[in-house]
Amino acid sequence: MSRQSNRTTDSKKMNAELFTLTYGALVTQLCKDYENDEEVNKQLDKMGYNIGVRLIEDFLARSSVGRCQDFRETADVIAKVAFKMYLGITPSVTNWSPAGDEFSLIMESNPLVDFVELPDNHSSLVYSNLLCGVLRGALEMVQMAVDVKFSQDTLRGDNVTEIRMKFIKRIEENLPAGDE
Amino acid sequence: MADDVLFEFLHMEMVSHIYKDQASRGEMEKDRATCVSTLEGMGFRVGQGLIERFTKDSPSFKDDLDVMKFICKDFWINVFRKQIDNLRTNHQGTYVLQDNKFALLTQFSNGKQYLEEAPKYLAYSCGLVRGALSNLGMDCVVTAEVSLMPSCESLLSSSSSSFIIYHHTTPNITDTTEMF
Repeated sequence: MSRQSNRTTDSKKMNAELFTLTYGALVTQLCKDYENDEEVNKQLDKMGYNIGVRLIEDFLARSSVGRCQDFRETADVIAKVAFKMYLGITPSVTNWSPAGDEFSLIMESNPLVDFVELPDNHSSLVYSNLLCGVLRGALEMVQMAVDVKFSQDTLRGDNVTEIRMKFIKRIEENLPAGDE
Repeated sequence: MADDVLFEFLHMEMVSHIYKDQASRGEMEKDRATCVSTLEGMGFRVGQGLIERFTKDSPSFKDDLDVMKFICKDFWINVFRKQIDNLRTNHQGTYVLQDNKFALLTQFSNGKQYLEEAPKYLAYSCGLVRGALSNLGMDCVVTAEVSLMPSCESLLSSSSSSFIIYHHTTPNITDTTEMF
């Protein structure tokens, strides 16, 4: 067939669009199933968490990044390696709190919202909340309890998309009882 | 841009969520059918959108067989990263597309143990194909069959799925076949 031009770039683009459109279909379905936006946000977070706990293994296998020494290193790895690997963007890490336990990821463009507009009756919907769950789940599997939320969202009129991540505590590994 | 793995994880989580959700709302009898049609419906919308983006610069297709060849090659490559392995037709509107290593089933274990679960993971893809065909002017019914073969000494991976497409060419259509 003669439709050979730009095969590889097209296929990467197609994959991205497939993911974006699938995510859109998912959010639409959730909005239909649940009456209020808060519930949808919660479900997205839960689903993201389930994805995150598996994604971390894939990430560690592909990236061969070693254990991070501190939260700052974690932030850099998330922004420069993980986001780049999976979403093709590199958010910037800024707004560190004085104690060094909270920072922001600023994204100029959010690939999940490529074809999306929020209608007026869904103003409290956090469309990309899956991302928060993914980050939370992934970090929990490497012994970090974090709180992740969106503080700015282009879908709601802000200029950039900002995710705020706060380190809560280190999770101790618990040996199963009776394993002495 | 978005890694293929992300879509696979999202898809897995979607299927799991839809089934868990239906289960928690009671009504066990119509569970399976509603879940399948929900997933299929989501795939349909996404397939329509995808094919629009993908073929906007391409010349129009000569006939149905040309459309099917496009689906088997370009569309399948872009969505599932490989071509269809075998296309058969009875030249009367039925097409069988065979994929010996369907991308969304490779995570399943070989053999027959999870054969019953496989249709859940094909519903979305059936919808994808149906949506794509519908926007290309072909009104079809798409079903899928899986026959997991034991791996023995064959070098091919052991999950083989067939997508069966019934194209409605005449107004006298027999009743829509049961999806699964």
